Amino acid sequence: MSMGLLRLLRGKKASAPVARERLQILLAHERGMRGQPDLLGVLREEILAVVSKHVKLDPTKVIVRLERGDEVSTLEVDIEVPNDFERKRVAVA
Amino acid sequence: MSKVLVVTSGKGGVGKTTTTAALGAALAQRGDKVVVVDFDVGLRNLDLVMGAERRVVFDLINVVQGVAKLPQALIRDKRLENLWLLPASQTRDKDALTEEGVGSVISDLRSRFDWVICDSPAGIERGASMAMRFADEAVIVTNPEVSSVRDSDRIIGMLDSKTVRAERGERVEKHILITRYDPARASRGEMLTIDDILEILATPLLGIIPESQDVLKASNVGTPVTLSNADGAPARAYMDAAKRLCGENIRMSVPSEKKGFMDRLLRRRAA
Repeated sequence: MSMGLLRLLRGKKASAPVARERLQILLAHERGMRGQPDLLGVLREEILAVVSKHVKLDPTKVIVRLERGDEVSTLEVDIEVPNDFERKRVAVA
Repeated sequence: MSKVLVVTSGKGGVGKTTTTAALGAALAQRGDKVVVVDFDVGLRNLDLVMGAERRVVFDLINVVQGVAKLPQALIRDKRLENLWLLPASQTRDKDALTEEGVGSVISDLRSRFDWVICDSPAGIERGASMAMRFADEAVIVTNPEVSSVRDSDRIIGMLDSKTVRAERGERVEKHILITRYDPARASRGEMLTIDDILEILATPLLGIIPESQDVLKASNVGTPVTLSNADGAPARAYMDAAKRLCGENIRMSVPSEKKGFMDRLLRRRAA
């Protein structure tokens, strides 16, 4: 109570509750990831393998990114395909 | 029965070495036979904080590699006859710490001492994992600050999976020691509170060491803080933590500086 009043008088917002909330969210995520294989690495390898069956790719031009939001997260897969890929197409059995 | 205790944190600069020296001295002051072991190979500092930097001849790596016998490398404290130091090497690199070698040194130390306190290096690399590998108990030194709490959580995960005890399906008993705590700032909402930290880390509290000039003064002169100013707030906090390690039930509090009338008056003016 006195703490809140003091803050009100000073017109400042306490930063510790922000720290606490950020930590809780971050650690919940990090604990879930512990011991798991690197998800993005696995996705990248498998996506690369699938696309390479049809199109010749430079493996360094495959970028997999995960952006975490409050409600949903987005998985962004960025694959650079050469413009003349039709001619380099690998024969599909 | 002897116990192996690792003092660890993940993050650097939070007070692992200060804590190792202070808890080691506090346990020795109570009459237990204690050895403090520096695992920070290449960047040793426990010798300096203990005031034994000019007495180092052999080190942990020499013993691990069989170049020196354990009794040759152990340095007896000049103030407390129950307290000994096994320094780290300044020149070798941390890869010299083999698991078999460290294991055999630890089991030799177990047979000679009541407490084997391992001062972990910062980070999660080989030195840190070797320091915790054979531990029965762990003190996780944490500052009330986001990066320290996050790294402590990571270290707790390692203690629960990468230690010999964890691999055998047993538990390493873990304790949080909060250092550099400033009750005034916490009450103003500027610093994570004790409850915040304990709730986030879900690990029991061993003690709260208040921010104090005593700690720097003690390391300046190379004396564990429990010896350099035994009446000071951090010394009392470390003594209480040592008692709790021994199973005593001590009420948790943040010791504060005992201030005289003039101190209070001057402080009020200065503020």
